[in-house]
Amino acid sequence: MRAKADASGLRREVGALLLLASAGFVLLPWYAQEEGFLSLIWLTEGWIDDPDYAPGLFQVLLHGRWWLAPLALLPLLALPALSRRRPRMEAGRWLILAGALTLAWLLFQGFAINHRGWAWSWLAALFGPLGDRQYGIGGGAVLLATAALFLLTQGIADRGAAKGDAFVVGGIGLVVASVALFIFFPILQVLESAFLDNDGAFAPMVFLAKFTDPKIWSLSCVTTGYRCGVAWNTVFLAVLTGAGTTLLGLAFALVVTRTSFRLKRVLRTLTVLPIITPPFVVGLAIILLFGRSGTVTQFVADFLGIAPGRWIYGLPGIWLAQMLAFTPIAFLVLIGVVEGVSPSLEEAAQTLRADSWTTFTTVSLPLMRPGLANAFLLGFIESMADFGNPLVLGGNYDVLSTEIFFAIVGAQNDPGRAAVLAIILLSFTLLAFWAQQRWVGRSSYTTVTGKGDAGRPLPLPRLVDVACRSAALPWAAFTLVIYAMILFGGFVEIWGRDHSFTLRHYIQAFSVTVGDYGLVWSGSAWNSFWTTIRIAALSAVPTAIIGLLTAWLLVRQNFTGKRLFEFGTMLSFAIPGTVIGVSYILAFNVPPIEITGTGIILIISFIFRNMPVGVRAGIAALSQLDPSLDEASLTLRASTWTTLRRILLPLLKPAMLAALVYAFVRAMTAVSAVVFLVSANYDLATNYILGRVENGDYGLAIAYSSVLILVMLLAIGLMQLLIGQRRLGRRETGRLMPVEQTA
Amino acid sequence: MRKFLLSGAALVAIGAFSAGTAEAKKLTLYCSPQEEWCQLMVTEFQKETGIKVAMTRKSSGETFAQIRAERDNPKGDVWWGGTGDPHLQAAEEGLTQEYNSPMLAELHDWAVRQHEAAKGRTVGIYAGALGFGFNTELLAEKGLPEPKCWADLIKPEFKGEVQMANPNSSGTAYTTLATIVQLFGEDEGFEFLKKLHMNINQYTKSGSAPIKAAARGETTVGIVFQHDAVTQKVAGFPIQVVSPCEGTGYEIGSMSIINGARNLEEAKMFYDFALRADVQEMARTVRAYQVPSNKNAAPPPEAPKLEDIKLIDYDFKTYGSSATRTRLLKKWDDEVNSLPR
Repeated sequence: MRAKADASGLRREVGALLLLASAGFVLLPWYAQEEGFLSLIWLTEGWIDDPDYAPGLFQVLLHGRWWLAPLALLPLLALPALSRRRPRMEAGRWLILAGALTLAWLLFQGFAINHRGWAWSWLAALFGPLGDRQYGIGGGAVLLATAALFLLTQGIADRGAAKGDAFVVGGIGLVVASVALFIFFPILQVLESAFLDNDGAFAPMVFLAKFTDPKIWSLSCVTTGYRCGVAWNTVFLAVLTGAGTTLLGLAFALVVTRTSFRLKRVLRTLTVLPIITPPFVVGLAIILLFGRSGTVTQFVADFLGIAPGRWIYGLPGIWLAQMLAFTPIAFLVLIGVVEGVSPSLEEAAQTLRADSWTTFTTVSLPLMRPGLANAFLLGFIESMADFGNPLVLGGNYDVLSTEIFFAIVGAQNDPGRAAVLAIILLSFTLLAFWAQQRWVGRSSYTTVTGKGDAGRPLPLPRLVDVACRSAALPWAAFTLVIYAMILFGGFVEIWGRDHSFTLRHYIQAFSVTVGDYGLVWSGSAWNSFWTTIRIAALSAVPTAIIGLLTAWLLVRQNFTGKRLFEFGTMLSFAIPGTVIGVSYILAFNVPPIEITGTGIILIISFIFRNMPVGVRAGIAALSQLDPSLDEASLTLRASTWTTLRRILLPLLKPAMLAALVYAFVRAMTAVSAVVFLVSANYDLATNYILGRVENGDYGLAIAYSSVLILVMLLAIGLMQLLIGQRRLGRRETGRLMPVEQTA
Repeated sequence: MRKFLLSGAALVAIGAFSAGTAEAKKLTLYCSPQEEWCQLMVTEFQKETGIKVAMTRKSSGETFAQIRAERDNPKGDVWWGGTGDPHLQAAEEGLTQEYNSPMLAELHDWAVRQHEAAKGRTVGIYAGALGFGFNTELLAEKGLPEPKCWADLIKPEFKGEVQMANPNSSGTAYTTLATIVQLFGEDEGFEFLKKLHMNINQYTKSGSAPIKAAARGETTVGIVFQHDAVTQKVAGFPIQVVSPCEGTGYEIGSMSIINGARNLEEAKMFYDFALRADVQEMARTVRAYQVPSNKNAAPPPEAPKLEDIKLIDYDFKTYGSSATRTRLLKKWDDEVNSLPR
């Protein structure tokens, strides 16, 4: 085929795209199948004869779906561009026309005709009732859309964008399109539903009433005994958590880098734990220690002779749990920054006769400013998005993430209120982003240069040294106690009451029995366990690929709108999981993209939730690689794609592996987004654990969590083993990877 | 051309399915009681019929929200268990479909009445009376008198000792709200709830959470369904179950076939299966102590006997309707939950 095309003077890339488009329209089923594309049921159960399974062309010819007809013709507008002899500018025009019109019509008909016929009343008024309907798009439509997208980007490249590099424009197009579809589109749906009343009519007054609800904004707790609004509760908690984790994280970072403390390795290992801990279990351990009948509470109450109280439920409990969970993240951000502060600057200060206190406060600390801001921001956002801890320990202290959840599933059944709360949550996070940017400003904090850095970091001033140690070390011990309790909890009859040894929780979750029809995996956890592993593994690969592709575009390419592009790809990081979950239901429960109740929606939500991880890993790794490497390759006339594949990818292997494993781990512990997206066939471990916790069945929840922690430790161990063989990049990836942490 | 394509497709199909797999029977089950019970039903049904069951456990509120969201394109077949109100609401909205099981003759009157009230779209599978349970150890420690009536719970000495679920998120708590209103009348009932509010230490999100907290000594009294309290007692916690002296409401745990179920035959098989006496008797093996709806099924010996409980004539129709529900919930939110403590 190729040789023939070449001989006839045709452009291979255009030809290939047109073939792809026709395959999508003529061969593959146009609509999605309930059984899934890979079941191949569309081949065995009728194919072109069946209106559910037929490809687009036969939908037009045999099943009367005339509105698909333009999709057969519009891509053909690209035909003039097939000829090699046509000038690129002119060919580009045809390609843009073909791609853009195909995409536009595809979207238009998809949104205009849904499972009930006309989706918009003015269309029904114009043409009368349709008498037909269509479900969500399937493999064929996706293929055609992809081909049309690349026709469009090819056209843009032909007209000179990105120095005519079709691969670069194609990559940008792919990332932009998927971010638009899977981040912006669902978020807009949330924003929209906030302005609708129960019948779906536009009602700004309803929005206003919901938005100004005193239950959200009331400040009466300051002056009276009434409770404060849920918005203030959330912000107050987030500020406390952000500040607390930053300070504690800094203490840890200083202890590890600047003191003579011996067990630094242990401290570093501790930082991995919260990342691989499923939600809820830390909260449960806290109840067992500090609840009304908790060990510590009882002891203190006996000691002081007071009645044990329920003080842990509410702000103190959530805050404590969040400190445990998010301090390591602040540490991982700050350790890089603290290590990066150049000793030569501090030496210069000392040479100028500054004492160690002055050096620390006027040189070292200000240089850490971007790190401190970043750590605070992460803590703030994590706290806002946190769902598990407020659920377990919240008491009557309501926060936005749980309120959103119960507005949807609770007896009030009010998605509009959920949307309003989601908007508030989103505004707070964006505001925090903006404030961080302002505070860090444009000053230069660069201290790592190409020049060799002589000297060793100065020891801390005595006071700071003592303060750091006395904050960090007890906290580390406390973390260890909590985790020991968690492990212990899976092996006892009733955690916190009857501590006789048992394996019954593990047996209940992971047993296998024999029935009349063969093995029955009767353990109640198997179903969700395998689904979780499969979904997490399946989502890890695309997450790493799209993340690294984006990183490469950001680091190595220049194009207009690059800053906006970067903001768009990082946006999903700023959106709390609960909002993502809600928005995905709203956006993808109805055609044209109907994927609720499938595994695909889970995979897609994970890809776009965790994509920033891949991006950051890629940027970090790429910044280490001298651009002259790719320049040399390009000078030798290798194409961009070849350069990426043969030069950069092998060097990016560690970053890629790290991104893979990290995406895997994050997908296994995510809860706030997925509680809305799980279904009978695709239940996830975290949702199962949530159900057990709600029912007070702690033993099983903890046994299951322990197994998950073990699985994730294995995954991380495997990564260490694989990356360990390459010295290059190990430090960088190990240090920069976990920066992108969000629930 | 078409012939050519068809034969090509056939070839591919033969390649892909050389093993010749027959389509396995399956059933999608939405399950609202506790996980163990759901798992038991699934495992037993699978063992007996070989039908593969895909089950999701979500609370009745979550399940109702999901069935409603999926109404244009239902994904589930049977909704088994969970308090009766949302089942009646679903029937009212046409989300579930009529089925007259041959097993109906074997059921108690209250289960059949539930069936009739919903025009055949749901059926009672178990019943449970509302009440509360208290932690005997904590009560002794505090030197509090044993609560026997609803009125005992609003005494000032119980300040901060009572826990119930939030009716906005839990069906159990909504039943409590409706019971109080029916028992005392709406005005007096809300006065009661306001006083009760002063003694509540936390409105939990889930319906059975209060008794679990009581079991662990996190609260003294938990307002729940009595069978949930029995479960904790049998598990070895120091819990005593109370059936309030003024009388109390009850729930009829229900089952419905979803309108537009894709596996209707299998759904009906499950429906009949779930109403059988021997199946209902198995509930006690997973510590579920509700009263079964099949007359031939022996109630678990641990279960509170419905005959011994002063049951009010709970008006499921009025208090199950969404208009009353919305109104009462809003009133509760505005007049009770917003009060300072």
